[in-house]
Amino acid sequence: MDFLNTHLLTTILFFPVLTAMIVWILPSDQVKAIRWTAFGGSLIAFIFSVYLWMNFDPNLAGYQFEEQYIWYEAIHSTFHVGIDGLSLTMVILTTLLTPLAILASFGIVDRVKAYMMLFLFLETGMLGVFLAADLIIFFVFWEIGLVPMYFLINQWGNPKGERELWGGIKISSRNYASLKFMVYTMAGSLGLLLAIQLLGVLFRNYDLVYLTQRWTSLDPNGTLMGVSTATVKTIVFWAFVIAFALKVPVWPFHTWLPDAHTEAPTAGSMILAGVLLKLGAYGFLRLVLPLFPEQSAQYAGWMAFLATMAIVFGAFAAYGQTDFKKLVAYSSVNHMGFVLLGIAAAATKIGTEDATIALNGAVLQMFNHGLSAAGMFFLVGVIYERTHTRNLEDFGGLFPLVPVYGGILIFTSMASLGLPGLNGFVSEFLVVRGSFPLLPIYTSIAIIGLFFTGAYILKGIRKVLHGPLNEHWAHGEHKLTEINLREIIVMAPLMALMLYIGIWPTGLLDVINKAMSALF
Amino acid sequence: MSIENLIWLIPLPPLLAFFLIILFTNKWKGLSHTIGVSAAGLSFIGSMIVFFSAIQVEHFGEGEHIFASSINWLPTGEGFFKIGVLIDPFSAVTLFFVAITIFMIFLYSVGYQNYGQPKGDHDHMGLPPHGATIVDEHGHSHAVLSVEPMYSRFFAFLGLFAFGMYTLVVSDNLLTLFVGWEIMGLCSYLLIGFWFAKPSARDAAIKAFLTTRVGDVFMLLGLAYLYSVTGTLNYRDIFYNAEVMHHLSETITPIFGLSTAGLIGLLLFIGTIGKSAQWPLHIWLPDAMEGPTPVSAMIHAATMVSAGVYMAIRIFPLLTAGWHGHELTPTMTFVAFIGTFTAIFSATIALAQNDIKKVLAYSTISQLGFMIAAVGIGAYVAAAFHLITHAFFKALLFLGSGSVIHGMEHGILHTGNHSVDPQDMKNMGGLRKKMPITFWTFLIGGLALSGFPVVTAGFWSKDEILADAFGHGQWVVFITLAVAAFMTAFYTMRQITMTFLGEPRTKEAEHAHETTWTMTTPLVVLAFFAVTFGWIGVPEHFPGLGGVLPNWFHHFVSGTLLEHPESVEFSWIPLGTSLFVALGGLTLGWFVYKDYKAGQPDPLENPFGKLYPVLQNKWYFDELYSATFYRLADWISGVFTPFMDQVVIDGILHFFARSTGVIGNTLRDKFDKPIINELIGDGTAALVQKGQVLKYLQTGRVQSYLFGTVSAFIVIAALLYYFF
Repeated sequence: MDFLNTHLLTTILFFPVLTAMIVWILPSDQVKAIRWTAFGGSLIAFIFSVYLWMNFDPNLAGYQFEEQYIWYEAIHSTFHVGIDGLSLTMVILTTLLTPLAILASFGIVDRVKAYMMLFLFLETGMLGVFLAADLIIFFVFWEIGLVPMYFLINQWGNPKGERELWGGIKISSRNYASLKFMVYTMAGSLGLLLAIQLLGVLFRNYDLVYLTQRWTSLDPNGTLMGVSTATVKTIVFWAFVIAFALKVPVWPFHTWLPDAHTEAPTAGSMILAGVLLKLGAYGFLRLVLPLFPEQSAQYAGWMAFLATMAIVFGAFAAYGQTDFKKLVAYSSVNHMGFVLLGIAAAATKIGTEDATIALNGAVLQMFNHGLSAAGMFFLVGVIYERTHTRNLEDFGGLFPLVPVYGGILIFTSMASLGLPGLNGFVSEFLVVRGSFPLLPIYTSIAIIGLFFTGAYILKGIRKVLHGPLNEHWAHGEHKLTEINLREIIVMAPLMALMLYIGIWPTGLLDVINKAMSALF
Repeated sequence: MSIENLIWLIPLPPLLAFFLIILFTNKWKGLSHTIGVSAAGLSFIGSMIVFFSAIQVEHFGEGEHIFASSINWLPTGEGFFKIGVLIDPFSAVTLFFVAITIFMIFLYSVGYQNYGQPKGDHDHMGLPPHGATIVDEHGHSHAVLSVEPMYSRFFAFLGLFAFGMYTLVVSDNLLTLFVGWEIMGLCSYLLIGFWFAKPSARDAAIKAFLTTRVGDVFMLLGLAYLYSVTGTLNYRDIFYNAEVMHHLSETITPIFGLSTAGLIGLLLFIGTIGKSAQWPLHIWLPDAMEGPTPVSAMIHAATMVSAGVYMAIRIFPLLTAGWHGHELTPTMTFVAFIGTFTAIFSATIALAQNDIKKVLAYSTISQLGFMIAAVGIGAYVAAAFHLITHAFFKALLFLGSGSVIHGMEHGILHTGNHSVDPQDMKNMGGLRKKMPITFWTFLIGGLALSGFPVVTAGFWSKDEILADAFGHGQWVVFITLAVAAFMTAFYTMRQITMTFLGEPRTKEAEHAHETTWTMTTPLVVLAFFAVTFGWIGVPEHFPGLGGVLPNWFHHFVSGTLLEHPESVEFSWIPLGTSLFVALGGLTLGWFVYKDYKAGQPDPLENPFGKLYPVLQNKWYFDELYSATFYRLADWISGVFTPFMDQVVIDGILHFFARSTGVIGNTLRDKFDKPIINELIGDGTAALVQKGQVLKYLQTGRVQSYLFGTVSAFIVIAALLYYFF
């Protein structure tokens, strides 16, 4: 226990890798053993993080459970990990969703071993970003998370579908989507890496706490390398912002998302929407706002503009889809727009009560969207697995055939819609409440998006469950089967949390609130 | 148990019933309805205890003389957003009518959904039951009503609906009010679309949810605004706090020069427009008739639309901020206009409807208009009074119409002619003999709706609104509402005459049948309140009766707010008007329709001429919205957004990708191949070829990539180990 208490974060961080190694040793034809090992390993990581949650003291400011090891002495980068209320929330989300996603992937039969190992690597990559307290470590894990996801889309993605590019060139959709995802994020990473290097070179250190303190106390009228500090800061600010905005994704950098989601395997979409998108928002909260308070305030209007565009056009785009999965994918653009709106609003007057409320809302929205988006993608996957179509026009009136599935779908849809009593409402209300006094016009426009959220959610339910029964799915070999026990088990914890947070958000929000008050 | 703790518990039994039925008992119909009805009963008992405790408290509503308790909910920086329960005079009387009507609707649903009848021959989930065939001991087969296939589910949804309404009523703040408000929105969606396999029901459900959501998003904005200005959403802290209200009414916003209170009030009021189906967001309510009839009663009387008026009365201080009893503020003018216009507008539509439920639907919109108009002219007590009497008699009328439809369905199964629409009043007539209990109770409800003098509750409440409009010098409001009241009496009598009086116009009506006790009992109970509830609000100076009975309602509800409104002085003009419009409308309605025969055109068609189809088609508002808003939304989401994403944004991306490719290929063709390869020779050429081969790895050899990833991890792990 003593070892665990002193090495809790690295244990959580590398436990998935350890599990992946065990999976590696297992014979490839022992599919069952591979699945259960992967599931068990990720579940243990979750149990560790629950243990972390229970031993975490929300009243302390700064990092807890810190661990620091010598790593890359030549450039003064250390392997420094730590956790505060913000990263704790995200770690819980990640370790919760990964076992569920692995459980959701039990239907995968193709190269199970490789698949499971990639998933576990992915978990470590994401956890590393949330735990990192050193910029180089942050960047390393940021990139590591990309690779497994690329292969999950590229190899286990939807095998059908072609995409025509310029000049009549055709490539398979999953190649297109995975490449777009990879190249897009890499393009953002380039600026991120240069910006991080600049900071490192300036202060000969990559430690986040130290850097923040030095960087923000620079004389604003001074010069850095012959250029005025303000200009340098602005350039570095935008390098960070673009890298994270691509990941969130913010309009107009969002077009990789629907492609990636449509092609990704179900569990891949769950993690992509559930956790990977949060990396971008996390970057805003962990790096952009603390390192660039003045620039954030100065450009908050622009960020709010982009967020509002994402909210409004994300909703419109979702409403216009005929592909069920794309509809859900665009809903992520819409929902993550609220996260950025909250962040942008908070940036205008950091430290005020309104700003704290907006940030509370943004972080809670990250967590909530993780639950509901993962749930929605899973439910799309459940029906896709049975019908092999995602086209909304092919469904219709399925509710009598699959009443349990229908009930779960309506429940999860309502959480995504932001129905009061479920989780999404609390965070959206906090964002709107926090943003309204700070950015009244953008917030008012954003509610158009809120309205259309209702429209596209109901469209999904209407096309799938309601209306006259499409007889094709009622008889014979096409007969639609009810959601099975394993699938219900995947949804049960998500639904329980949606309801719990909707009714009693106090516990989770308390941690977030204290973290936000301490950070800003 | 203290009253405060009891109030917390009131909303819970129906919620519990919802979860129990959905998760466990949905296979057992009897058990499910037992759970549902008992839950409604428990909440009813709790509500009555709270109500009767409240009316025994002296000066209830003033200062600390309320029932309230709250807990921390959302942490907000330093402090907390608290939620809690509050019973003040207004919520106490609301609780009273909500509890009774909800309980009655639950009971009624048992009969309406044909409990105890056999399973239908061809019934499916999502469609109304079509009837079953049974064979009696003589070998004759009979067509009888069949039980609803989703019987248990119906009670679960009703439970959730009741939970939403109770939450709304016992809340002490606007945010939990909004929670209940939206839960009801969901339930109306689920219940209007209860027979979801019918495209009309499915679309009506979506229409209801989205139309009310238009109002809801504005309301949410209003909540955020109010919360950020005052730091709270608690009723007592804002509306019962002179200092806060003064501040809100003194600060001016840039929008139309409204005061902060006026603007926030306006935003919140848009929520009411949606929820209480006021023009121009009234379009969802008539379509909501697609749901089973108990749902119509639930939505139109007990809960949903009442919620909108409830909030309008709650935020009365905001709406009227800066008003000193004379000239209306801009916000009040807006509210009064919406209410008055809606009252007359939908009354005209109700004149030309033939569906028994549609007439009631438009009359609901119209009556809600009366209440909103009353709020707009500053008479919130009158609005509250009409809200409650209306809830009783409109629940009665809806349940009565459900009973009629049920009776007609009985006739249809008897004759086997399924082309007859059981809801079309043209097919009815003479039902008073077949369904006596339904007839007498419906008559009471109809007279109450018409404002039949002295006896019925509707008279007292409607008269109070007219008296207030007159007393405050709001001539336009007064006259318009009087005309609307006249039309109300007319179309109500038209409905009663066409349905119950005269001779049966079809064979089906001849074979109609009185319904079971679970359906008729609620009718009798509600009829009792539709008469007696008016007697607790008789104005002091009413000739003859005034002073004999105390005007209890006015005194009690006045305690809700800081300033106690004065009763208006008695005048014969509004009273005379009331009497005239009620009796005149009723008489005229009877006179015009008493000889109406099957197959005849409606007697109004000729005198109304070209206006008649316009009324029948509801002034073409649905068509107008389809041609404008729906098309715009479809264009933005179906044409504009795809263009922006796939052509513009992706076009730019592809341009970059393509340019990179072109540059790369150019370099290779123009530089690498001709210059480097030529100069340096085969060594590099071979490398280039290797590159060509390597390129293909990407399409399949995942193991090698995996190997790469794994090796990277091993290297990192080894490095870590080394440095530990």
